[in-house]
Amino acid sequence: MAKKKLKVRASGKKGYAVIKAILFHPMETGLRKSKETGEVIPAHYIQEVSVKHKDAEVIKVNMGIAVSKNPYLSVEIDGAVKGDPISISWLDNLGEQASTDVTVS
Amino acid sequence: MMNNQRRSFLRNSMAGSLVAVSVASGLLTPSRVLAAWPKAAFDSKDAKQAMKGLLGSEGFEETNKIKLRTPDIAENGSVVPVTVKTKITGVESISIFAMENARPLAISADMSAKARPVLATRIKLGKTSKVIAVVRANGKLYGATKTVKVTLGGCGG
Repeated sequence: MAKKKLKVRASGKKGYAVIKAILFHPMETGLRKSKETGEVIPAHYIQEVSVKHKDAEVIKVNMGIAVSKNPYLSVEIDGAVKGDPISISWLDNLGEQASTDVTVS
Repeated sequence: MMNNQRRSFLRNSMAGSLVAVSVASGLLTPSRVLAAWPKAAFDSKDAKQAMKGLLGSEGFEETNKIKLRTPDIAENGSVVPVTVKTKITGVESISIFAMENARPLAISADMSAKARPVLATRIKLGKTSKVIAVVRANGKLYGATKTVKVTLGGCGG
């Protein structure tokens, strides 16, 4: 089974929702060298993360290589209430992508 | 609703020259070029250039309205939690720069009107460095700076 690509939790507060996500990704910078072979490990990192509330993009995050491995992201959306659908998707520099839908709890 | 005007403005202003270069060099597939990921800014080794390329200016107004929370000392530079929070209204984007990194621009979030101006994430710091949070609101840039001492580097090394 493929490894889970992202974990998202959306918790409703008064009038807004807090979205917390962990995106499972190596976030390889392309600057590191392999200890065994001495060769540069090619860059492999997430470039874009999109946070959608009811199918409308609310936040678009652009990432560079300086974001830590398995990036953690926390954002807040106004007007998102319990039961609302939240969708988070990412796209990396090799064209791989993943997305997850959750509802605000 | 997304702010479509701003979207297209951002895309046009930033992607214009970039698209031409990318296509000419043949490095990117067309589908990738259309995505508005600001490649030049993220690839820039110079923080000022990155800031200018991404946000249109390299100058910002220091303000205490931005709360930039980082540890004072990071034992492990590969995972440094950073939280940016601001009381400024009309926030369009929040960006985080790590000044001493090989690629200073770490992350940048475009916010629609429905997003609250909060961003928390974790970044890598190659060595002890100033971390700058730049908030773009109503066409103006505001910033807050903090120095994080790193005792163990996070970028290979």
